[in-house]
Amino acid sequence: MLQLCGVKFRWPGQGAFGLSLSDFAVHQGETVLLLGESGSGKSTLLSLICGTVLAHSGQVLVAKQDISELSAAARDRFRVEHIGMIFQQFNLLPFGSVVDNILLPIRFAPQRRRRAGDGQAEALRLCRKLGLQPNILPAKAARLSVGQQQRVAVARALIGQPPIVIADEPTSALDAGSQSAFLDLLFDQVAENNTTLLMVSHDPRLARRFDRVLQMEDIAQIESLAA
Amino acid sequence: MILRLAIGSLGARALTVAMTILAIALSVVLFLGVEKVRAGAKASFADTISGTDLIVGARSGSVQLLLYSVFRIGNPTNNVTWQSYQEIARQPQVDWIVPISLGDSHRQFRVMGTSLAFFDHYKYRQGRGLAFDEGVVMADLYDAVIGADVAATLSYEVGDPIVVAHGIASFTEHDDQPFRLSGVLEKTGTPVDRTVIVSMEAIEAIHVDWRNGAKTPGTTTPTEVIRQMDLTPKAVTAALVGVESPLQTFSLQRAINQYPNEALLAVLPGVALQELWGIVGVAETALLGVSAMVVVTALIGMMATIFSSLNERRREMAIFRAMGARPSIIMGLLVLEAALTAAAGAVLGLGLLYVGLIIAQPIVDGAFGLWLPIEAPSLREIWVIVGVVAAGAIVSLIPALRAYRLSVADGMMVRI
Repeated sequence: MLQLCGVKFRWPGQGAFGLSLSDFAVHQGETVLLLGESGSGKSTLLSLICGTVLAHSGQVLVAKQDISELSAAARDRFRVEHIGMIFQQFNLLPFGSVVDNILLPIRFAPQRRRRAGDGQAEALRLCRKLGLQPNILPAKAARLSVGQQQRVAVARALIGQPPIVIADEPTSALDAGSQSAFLDLLFDQVAENNTTLLMVSHDPRLARRFDRVLQMEDIAQIESLAA
Repeated sequence: MILRLAIGSLGARALTVAMTILAIALSVVLFLGVEKVRAGAKASFADTISGTDLIVGARSGSVQLLLYSVFRIGNPTNNVTWQSYQEIARQPQVDWIVPISLGDSHRQFRVMGTSLAFFDHYKYRQGRGLAFDEGVVMADLYDAVIGADVAATLSYEVGDPIVVAHGIASFTEHDDQPFRLSGVLEKTGTPVDRTVIVSMEAIEAIHVDWRNGAKTPGTTTPTEVIRQMDLTPKAVTAALVGVESPLQTFSLQRAINQYPNEALLAVLPGVALQELWGIVGVAETALLGVSAMVVVTALIGMMATIFSSLNERRREMAIFRAMGARPSIIMGLLVLEAALTAAAGAVLGLGLLYVGLIIAQPIVDGAFGLWLPIEAPSLREIWVIVGVVAAGAIVSLIPALRAYRLSVADGMMVRI
């Protein structure tokens, strides 16, 4: 589902660090945890997978598509069609209503929109599944509690059933109990749709739930070049 | 949904957005207000005299004739003899004719001799007639009526005595024949407000002892004697003429202009007024230019606000990017926001303008005699609003372009 081989990338600017990655792959329906300390290149790897930056050499294949062959606008669309994103800070639009936040990705992704069918009904269904009260749908995202925001972020990532869900440190803001409850919800949904899940974290305690656990330093080399 | 999110985003920055909207609204009020005052001034100017078909005077220029006969500015080159006046009055096309005799003054105000018909036929602002604030028209030879400005400036009341000075800015007074104030006219916003009106006979009477512009020394004819004299005027300065039918205006004008015994000029007041406005109208263009600059300033202010908001909104833009929005959509969002802000400002400005007009209309009319009509927005005003919205969208392209670059660089991770 995801395949990176021989990838080299360097951020622009003096003293910026680079990343090189010989081989990294995630298969369809697999749940993978990528462990790494901050500064280990996790964000760079995610940017490469999502196509917001392009590798200088090597190939990045997402759903068998070499994303470097796509134009910038096509990459934006391709990303949202195939990848549901969950961020560390959840990144909801605080001024938007819950339902607008959930429906935002399918606004830009026709295939996911088609799969979602009636967007409002699908948003409601996902909220129910994730244990959210239907009456919070029209509420502003900024008014939600952290736990509610997190569920909304998951609903946003899952709507329209993207084949891949990428979660970037989604549990770091939570205490242990909430972490566990959150992962239960996420894994239920991922299993239901046979979705590929790639989670990035620094917390090894999450490892036992995943099919496969990778250490960032095993797959990628950081090149920090003195200017 | 995108529109709803754009409005939501504006709402999240309500205070700065409100300030920007207010600035744009005030600039629009100023621009449209100047436009209203300009149109009102032009209309008031054109309404200085209405209902009069021709102004007749000695041959000079049409603007000059208008200036001294209606605006009491400058001096006539020559008078019209009473005989010519009477012959014009006898023309079949003439419905009514009002003589005007100028040349004397009271303090800084001109004195105008005329007939009582003046009060019936002088119209302003689409046919409004003169009305008395106090008192009545002249009944006696030595009665005078004054305009509202004269009464206000000199604090005169009905019954007060008035001494007329010979000529303008002169030290020679007709102090042997004082007048009594019989009436004060209501404010009209026309030069009548600044005029002392007496009868034609009174003008004749105060000049009985005068020959060739100077008082004959040693002779003071008592008023009792003057009252018995024949006070038929020997000349008039100008005459206002109304015709039986508008179609006859031009034939009468031609007849007067070709009058064989004396060099006369008849002008259409509307045409002469337009000619005069062409001269004074330069100022209006300058004023309009200045208020247009204010609108531009407000829009640049909005651009600065958008610029300074970009940094705090990088996260928002990154979220949009992560959700699949192309950088061009981010750019479009900013332009949409700017257009919405400008539209809100323009519409609020229009609203404030009407509120202002409703409040200011009677005040401005009373103080300056300037009538500001309250009407539905004209096509021109609608274009101004459309223009402000379009200009707002255009200036926002500059910060939007920067947002585009930022969102390309940031991707979906905000790295600050």
